[in-house]
Amino acid sequence: MTIPSVTSVAVQRSLARQGRDWPGLVFALLLLGAMLLTLVILVILIVDQLTRGLPVFQERGVDFLTSGLSSDPAKAGVAQGIVGSLVIGLLVAILCFPLGILTAVYLEEYAGDNWITRFISINIRNLAGVPSIVYGLLGLTVFVALFGILGFPNNGRNILAGALTLTALILPIVIITSAEALRSVPLSLREGGYGAGATRWQVVRQLVLPAARPGILTGTILALARALGETAPLLLAGAVLGTFSTSGSVQDVLTGPYTVLPMTVYDWSRRPQDEFRELTSAAIIVLLVLTLFFNALAIFLRNRYQKQW
Amino acid sequence: MTTETTTPRAIDVGSVAAAATGETMEALPTAVALRDVSVYYGSFRAVKEVSLDIPRQRITAFIGPSGCGKSTLLRSINRMNDLIPTARVEGHMLFHDEDLYADYVDPVEVRRRIGMVFQKPNPFPKSIYDNVAFGPRVTGYKGDLDELVERSLRRAALWDEVKDKLKQSGLALSGGQQQRLCIARAIATEPDMILMDEPASALDPRSTLQIEELMVELKEKYTIVIVTHNMQQAARASDFTVFLTMDEDRAGYVVEQGDTIGIFTNPKDRLTEDYVSGRFG
Repeated sequence: MTIPSVTSVAVQRSLARQGRDWPGLVFALLLLGAMLLTLVILVILIVDQLTRGLPVFQERGVDFLTSGLSSDPAKAGVAQGIVGSLVIGLLVAILCFPLGILTAVYLEEYAGDNWITRFISINIRNLAGVPSIVYGLLGLTVFVALFGILGFPNNGRNILAGALTLTALILPIVIITSAEALRSVPLSLREGGYGAGATRWQVVRQLVLPAARPGILTGTILALARALGETAPLLLAGAVLGTFSTSGSVQDVLTGPYTVLPMTVYDWSRRPQDEFRELTSAAIIVLLVLTLFFNALAIFLRNRYQKQW
Repeated sequence: MTTETTTPRAIDVGSVAAAATGETMEALPTAVALRDVSVYYGSFRAVKEVSLDIPRQRITAFIGPSGCGKSTLLRSINRMNDLIPTARVEGHMLFHDEDLYADYVDPVEVRRRIGMVFQKPNPFPKSIYDNVAFGPRVTGYKGDLDELVERSLRRAALWDEVKDKLKQSGLALSGGQQQRLCIARAIATEPDMILMDEPASALDPRSTLQIEELMVELKEKYTIVIVTHNMQQAARASDFTVFLTMDEDRAGYVVEQGDTIGIFTNPKDRLTEDYVSGRFG
């Protein structure tokens, strides 16, 4: 090895590390800490519920999932809640998705950019931030009252009123996420369509909607998952621990008393018997699995329809 | 690929240029005639009182510095500017003596007759076949679609490269191939005229040359108007050149128009001379 020249020493010195970047390190640790704290809270919650709830599944197995409501903790199950949540989810999807997506397409693709459109858009955003209990009041004073006046049984406290209430609750979210998905479709795609002689309807139907589909699907399904976890609005809109009609008639199911999973959780958590604590946790686990299922579905659909530009 | 030299006068003019045959823009049959066309964005006038005759089955190039309104002018010919809510056109744009901006005219019908190719290749996220078939399908084409797709791809000099993978995504092609796919898509609606907005600016030199050669072949059948920043390209590939620049109030206007050889070798206006010799812009 030759003796380093003066220049090479100077180069070495200028390239050498100038001590630790302490502020950078502290910031990185802060970020890590914030992430870990969030994670720890979540893990504690889940582990806590699992340790309380899992024994119920070990003891009763499928019986817990297939049993109906009962004041006897040894016989009570979440079957009614699961059925109620699935039925209400289906109703909300049928009511909310077309309405929300069509509204978003109108606002993004058809409405002119004027003050009325902007006013409507701003208010839809505001509606998405309204507490869900307010929607419960709306459900009680409008939907339940309406079904009551129309002479439905149970004073109009039926699953239709509940579904309409949840639809009103998540409609703004569905509109906003769908509008955002439509907005993210590049202008060049639309221009290509118009340049090839397509009408607005053809551009929207054949180019814009397919391109926005992953975003729309993800947003709407996550909104639905949120609706399934709601309790407060349904408390007001008439979900009690009702037992579904067993007559097998769809009409009776839709207009009779009903319950949903979060209602079951809420009701059981207030019961005095200790056994219901475990049942509450077990019902929470079922609810979590249901929500996780919807989230997984959203991710699956997004990846399936993902388009690259 | 022609070597791009630094001496401005060495621009290679005239391999296709019309002046060799003594043609003029006025004497040739006209595809679209612009009469005092001004284009506004809101209250801002982007293009000012342009009058010119775009000759049929020739290549006309719009050149000029950035922001001079050449793309705006191009897009107003097939009413693409209608998509911008504040855009407004004054004056007359005559296509077979009919004003393209008359009240009864449907912009969708205009675009079916005057196709467009964009700066950045923008194939649809669909198969190569469906990209080309898109135009004919939306316009209700009744004939043999397979045959039309093949013919359009052949004309766009892409058929041999894609004939075995028509079901593959158009996005999987290279940039140059994507742009030729977009040209095939524009041809497939059988337009009279194709507008090209800097069609080669995102492409490598080889693909650029392919596009230019393609344009020269296409003028047998179509009227082509191209906007370009590349003066060598205008000189190489166009029959006629329109030079635009902007006013003090930033409104673009036509300084000089005529056969490409004349514009590049014997410009009449000082501004044109400065621009084509590279002293400005």
